[in-house]
Amino acid sequence: MCHHVELADTGEAYTCGEEESALHALARSGRRGIPVGCRGGGCGVCKVQVLAGEYRKKPMSRCHVSESDEAAHQVLACCIVPQSDLQLRVIGRMRKAWQAPAAAHAPAAALAPPAHTEAVSHTACIGIGRTVPRSLD
Amino acid sequence: MAMTGVLRPGHIQIRVLDINVSREFYRDVVGLVETGTDAQGRVFFKCWDERDHHSIILRQAESAGVDFVGFKVLDKATLNKLEADVRAFGLETERLPAGDLPETGERVRFQLPTGHLFELYADKKHVGNGLGQVNPPPWGPDSERGMAPIRFDHCLLYGPNVAANKKLFTEVLGFFLVERILGPKEAGEPELALFLSCSHKTHDIAFVEHPEPGKLHHVSLRMATWEKVLRAADIMGMNKVAIDIGPTRHGTTRGETIYAWDPSGNRFETFAGGYEPYPDVEPITWTFEGFGHGLDFPTGTLHESFLGVVT
Repeated sequence: MCHHVELADTGEAYTCGEEESALHALARSGRRGIPVGCRGGGCGVCKVQVLAGEYRKKPMSRCHVSESDEAAHQVLACCIVPQSDLQLRVIGRMRKAWQAPAAAHAPAAALAPPAHTEAVSHTACIGIGRTVPRSLD
Repeated sequence: MAMTGVLRPGHIQIRVLDINVSREFYRDVVGLVETGTDAQGRVFFKCWDERDHHSIILRQAESAGVDFVGFKVLDKATLNKLEADVRAFGLETERLPAGDLPETGERVRFQLPTGHLFELYADKKHVGNGLGQVNPPPWGPDSERGMAPIRFDHCLLYGPNVAANKKLFTEVLGFFLVERILGPKEAGEPELALFLSCSHKTHDIAFVEHPEPGKLHHVSLRMATWEKVLRAADIMGMNKVAIDIGPTRHGTTRGETIYAWDPSGNRFETFAGGYEPYPDVEPITWTFEGFGHGLDFPTGTLHESFLGVVT
């Protein structure tokens, strides 16, 4: 049986198969910049706040989801399998995909120059091809 | 080339979120050879053509990532000398007793400037590759099961201050720089990524500058040929393994590659090809603008996941 995964901020909803993760459903939107990372609960890029609905959980890294996060339904979209229609809000890195036009989407901060490099401000780091505020990442 | 000093990547301990799921994955899908478990519940594997007791260690934990990486050195005298050299360089070292890792001798451990725990050791039990030491056949059952990589080839680690790692590895541990990736011109082209060899390989370890210390980008598993990399891709498809990039060819190191994720989100690579550098080679440089082709040579795509997804 299919469920729907709805984004509270936009009202957009995507279908999700019985054994599929919520991340699968979001990726199906075809939106650019959805951080479909490791899909194993290890990297933490797909964090969401579940506002309503039932889901089954797989283990996810405590680096990214604390016990209190988990109790408050702040979880990784790759590690939850909807058991009913689900309403959620994207948080963390995935927000960018829904907040900004795809063309303005900034890449991650890695491969940034060393923080001690004089030419680079400590408040910003260089992504590939553009400067992005560190707070985005 | 006479191989002395630090010989090769010997082991890496990886944190996994569910040991049973990961054990099945590494044994049946990747096709590693399980060689034991210990009282802590860790599971030990080797690639089929490796001859020492283990190279890949799984430990169940609450977060994914890497606990430590160990390199084998020629002998005990080398271990003692390198321990003194690392201390003289200014790092604290710790001795872990023989048997702390099964079938493994004493280890000298220290923390790299990038935050990773790094170890040297001289002894690990020879268990062989299953083919025997006398008149062996070229392959056997273990070489045909799953993706069946032949060895733990290298790892890529993310952390701050790779410049200090470069100094340690080239000036103390006897590695040489094979390739590097530079930052943007406006930032003064700092070295953002370093590919270091202690052998005849394009890299035995690599580092990328990253704000968070101690991060794992990938564990690389050596495949004999590009065709075996493509066979690994088929096996990934059959088992719905999450693929990151590939199959494709890196410009950097010229390796043929797939990046994929294990069930806990630790990235691994099935890797073939490359070339055979000697210690006197001039390093190859990838500019910031050119790095798209360094990562994915045919398309030049700067895959965002490569840059930001680590454990």
